[in-house]
Amino acid sequence: MAIVHEILNYFKVEINREQCKKCKRCVNHCSYGVLSFNGEKIVSDDQKCVACQRCAVMCPGNAIRIVQNESFLPPHGNYTRKIRNIIWAQSGDGGVLLAATGNDRPIRSIFDDLLLDACQVTNPSIDPLREKIETKIFFGRRPEKLTFVSDQDDLEGVSLKTKLMPNFEMDMPIMVGHMSLGSISYNACHAIYKAAKELNIVAGTGEGGLHPDFFEYAPNIITEVASGRFGVDLNYLHNAAALEIKIGQGAKPGHGGHLPGEKVSSLISQTRMIPKGSDALSPYPHHDIYSIEDLAQLIAALKEATRYKVPVGVKIAAVHNSAPIAVGIVRGGADFLTLDGFRGGTGAAPRIIRNHAGIPIELAIAAVDERLRQEGLRDQVTLIAGGSIRYSADLIKAIALGADIGMCAMPVLIAMGCRVCQQCFRGLCSWGIATQQKYLVKRLDVDIAKNRIKNLFHSWNEELKEVLGAMGIDSVESLRSNRDRLRYIGPNPHIAEILGVKHAGE
Amino acid sequence: MRWENYTSLPEQYRNQRVFDGCGISGFINIDGSRVSGDKVIDMISILKERENGLGAGFAAYGIYPKYKDYYAFHFLFDTIAAKTNTLHYLGNNGTIIASEAIPTNTPTNIDNPPIIWRAFFDPKKSNNLEPDEIILKIVMEINANINNAFVMSSGKDMGVFKGNGWSHEIADFYMISGYNAYMWLAHSRFPTNTPGWWGGAHPFNLLNCSVIHNGEITSYGTNQRYLSSYGYKCTLFTDTEVIAYLFDLLCRKHKLPLSIATMALAPPLYDEIEKLDKKDQIILKSIRATYRSAMLNGPFSIVVGYSNPVPTMIGLTDRKKLRPLVAAISDDENTIYMSSEEASFKRLTSSNNNFSMKEIWHPKSGTATIAMLGKGLVRNGLEPSLMKLKSKYEGGLVNGNCA
Ligand code: SF4
Ligand code: SF4
Repeated sequence: MAIVHEILNYFKVEINREQCKKCKRCVNHCSYGVLSFNGEKIVSDDQKCVACQRCAVMCPGNAIRIVQNESFLPPHGNYTRKIRNIIWAQSGDGGVLLAATGNDRPIRSIFDDLLLDACQVTNPSIDPLREKIETKIFFGRRPEKLTFVSDQDDLEGVSLKTKLMPNFEMDMPIMVGHMSLGSISYNACHAIYKAAKELNIVAGTGEGGLHPDFFEYAPNIITEVASGRFGVDLNYLHNAAALEIKIGQGAKPGHGGHLPGEKVSSLISQTRMIPKGSDALSPYPHHDIYSIEDLAQLIAALKEATRYKVPVGVKIAAVHNSAPIAVGIVRGGADFLTLDGFRGGTGAAPRIIRNHAGIPIELAIAAVDERLRQEGLRDQVTLIAGGSIRYSADLIKAIALGADIGMCAMPVLIAMGCRVCQQCFRGLCSWGIATQQKYLVKRLDVDIAKNRIKNLFHSWNEELKEVLGAMGIDSVESLRSNRDRLRYIGPNPHIAEILGVKHAGE
Repeated sequence: MRWENYTSLPEQYRNQRVFDGCGISGFINIDGSRVSGDKVIDMISILKERENGLGAGFAAYGIYPKYKDYYAFHFLFDTIAAKTNTLHYLGNNGTIIASEAIPTNTPTNIDNPPIIWRAFFDPKKSNNLEPDEIILKIVMEINANINNAFVMSSGKDMGVFKGNGWSHEIADFYMISGYNAYMWLAHSRFPTNTPGWWGGAHPFNLLNCSVIHNGEITSYGTNQRYLSSYGYKCTLFTDTEVIAYLFDLLCRKHKLPLSIATMALAPPLYDEIEKLDKKDQIILKSIRATYRSAMLNGPFSIVVGYSNPVPTMIGLTDRKKLRPLVAAISDDENTIYMSSEEASFKRLTSSNNNFSMKEIWHPKSGTATIAMLGKGLVRNGLEPSLMKLKSKYEGGLVNGNCA
C-alpha cells in the first residue's frame, strides 16, 4: 500500500511576474504537469518539477528560472538528502526504485586522473591542419597473420592467400551506444541513424528491434540480440552491419532490458512484436545461454543465419571477472567484444543496480586488453568500450588504454537536447527524446538533431587528431593500447598498476 | 670511450626509454664481394654532428665464411663468471663449435675492460622448435637471466661490434678495418637521457636481422604490447629493440615477403590506398587491418640488414619522413649505399678520384628501399607501394567497403 510521504522538492520554478506575458506556452510544454494557469497567473506544483528546463527555454518572455530549493533539511554528512529521499520513497511505495541515465554517485572518474603525453624536441609533433592524421579503423575480426606466397622464380610476384573475416571500415573510432526504439523515440533513432550514416560510423539499435523505415541505414547499424529477443526475425538479422549478443549492460549488470508499459505505444508494439502497453522486461539471463558453450552456439547460429557476412559480437557489462569472461567469449567465436562500464547509461534500471554494480570501464579495458594479449587473442578482435565516455578526452584515454572504439550514448542525447533530468523511464521526456508520446516526439526535429550529433562527433574526431598530432602519431591505430603515452595523477597508485600506466613524473 | 656499463645500465637509468638522435650508414655489394670495414668507417665517422661519443657500432655480414653454417654469438661480459655461466648454458643447449675472444685494441691503462667474446654454436635438434626459435629463446634467456652477460648478435656468418664511444673509437677498438664483409651497417648515437651502455648501442640484432635506427617510435607502447603476445620481452627499453622484433615476427615467423613487411610497418595512407585498383586496395587494406599494431609511428629512419635466406639491405623512414635517409648506387651498379646524410657518399667520392656514384636519390617517406644480394636494387624507395610487385590475391577482404 502506498503511503505517500511528502518529500522536500529539489527544484523550484521561479516566474518573473513582470516579464510573464501569460501566454501559457510553458503550461503546454511542461509534460510533467508542473505548471498551470489559475485564471490569473501561472502557478507551479514544484513537487513535480524535474528541472528539465523545457519551460524556461520555451518561454518567450525569458520569465522562468528553475532554481534549487533552498529550503533546508537538517544537515547530516552520512544520511545525505539523497539517502533520506530514497528511504522516504521506499517507505512510501514499498517497491524497487527505478532510475535512468547513468550512475549519478559522485565516484571519482579514473579518466580524469589520467594525463596525456606530448612531443618535445626529440620527436616532432604533427600539425593535423597541415598533415594527414588518420582516424579510419576496421571493425571485425582479423586473422593472426596474413599468408603471402612469393613466387620463387619471380621475387616480385606475391600472392595473398588469406581471406579476411567480415570487416567494415569506419571513419572515426566512435560508435553510438545501444538505445532502443522504445527507450527513445522514433525521431531520436532516426536522427542517430542518419548521423551515423553521414559520419560513416555505426550506431546500436539496442534490443528493441529495427523499424522497417530504418532498414536503409543497415550498413551503419549494429543490431542487438538480447535475452527478450524482441523484434528478432530474419529481416532484422539481415539488416545490420554487425550483430551483437547482449549479455549485459553497464548500468544494470545481471539485469535484462526494462521498458515500462507507458512507453509501449503501437509503434513500439509492432517493432518489438509485443502487446501494446505491456511492460517489456527482458529475462535476466538468456534462457538458452547458461554457460560459455551455449554462447558459442548462439554466435555460431547467428553467423550461420547471416551467411558469415557480418561480424557477430558480444556485449558484457564490466564486472569483477570481465577479463576471463572476455577470453571465453573471444574463444567462443566473437568477432568483437563490447565492454560497458558501471557508469553506462540506461532508460530504466533499478537504482540499486545502476548505482552499485559493476566496475569502472577504465579498469575493465586495461584488464581485458591485457588478458587477451596473454592469450594471444587481442589483435584479432575489435574491442569496443563505453560507459561512460563523456567527451573526447575520455575517448582518447579509452583508446590509449586498449579499446579500438569508444561507445557513447548520453553525449548523443545531450547533443539532441537532453538536459539529463534522469526521468527517461517515465516516458514523458519534454524534449521528445525518451518518450513515445506523439505530441512530445514531434518536438525533436530529426535534421537538426542529426546535425548536432554530426557536429559533436566531428569535433571529437578533430580533437582526437589534435592529440595524436601532439603525440607525434599519425594514425589512431598507433594510439590503441599505447599506455606509454598516459600518466596517472590520482590518489591511488594501485589503480595505475592495474592500468599498466606509470605515475606522472615517472 | 667509456669503460663502464657494459651489459646493463646503472640502476637509476633502467626502465627508462632511451631517446636519441643518430647517424646511420651502410652498404651492400650485390655480387657478394667482401670489402674491409674502412669504407663504412669513413661513411659514419664523417657524420660527427649526429654523435656525442656515447655509443656506436657496426654490423658486418659475410665475416665468418669458415663457420657460416653455425650461429655466431657475439657477447659482452662484465665478469669471467658471466662468461663461464653463459658458455655453460650454451653447452647445455647444443654444441659450441669454437669459442674465442674477439680481438680488440684495449688500451693498457684500463682496469676493467669488458670481456668481448664470440662462440660458434650448433643448437640441439628439437622436434617442435625450429633452430632459429631455439636461438631466440637462448638470446632472451641470456639477456634477461644471466647476470653481467649480453648477446650483441646471434646470426650466421655475421656479427655486431658495438660499444660506448665515438664511432671512430669503436672502429679502432674492434679493428673493424680488418674484417671483410659484403654488407656493412654502421651507427653513431646522440642519446639524450642516459650515459649510454655498451649493449644499448646499435646495431640491435636478433638472429640474422640487424637494425640501425635514428628516431623515436611514438607507437612504442602499442608495438611493445603487440609483441608481448608473441613472447617477445622488450626489456632493453629502446625503440630499436621493438623494430628488430617486429622484423623477426613479420619476416621470419609470419613469413611475409620483405616488401610486404615494410608496408605493414609503414603502410600507405588510406587516402592513397583509395586511389588504387580494387585488387591492390584489398591487399593493402588486409595488411592494415591485420597488422594495425605493427605499424611504426613517430620520426624514424632505419637501415636493416637481413639475411634469411638472401642477404638484403632495407632502408625505411616514417610516413612523414621526419628523419633523413639518402640512397646511392655506385657507377658499376654493384654497390648500394644508404645513409642518414649525403656527406657519407661525398666522403667516399672525394677521397677516391676513381670512384663516383652513378646516382644519389632521396627515397620517399614511408617507402622501402630494398637491395638484395645477387638481385640488386629491387625497390628504390620511389615507387608507389605495390608498383613493380606482381600482386595477386586469392583471399582478401570480404565485406570491406572495397570488396
Ligand atoms: S511561457 Fe513564459 S511568458 Fe508564457 S506564460 Fe509561461 S512564464 Fe509566462
Ligand atoms: S532523455 Fe529526456 S527524460 Fe531522459 S534525461 Fe534527457 S531530458 Fe530527461
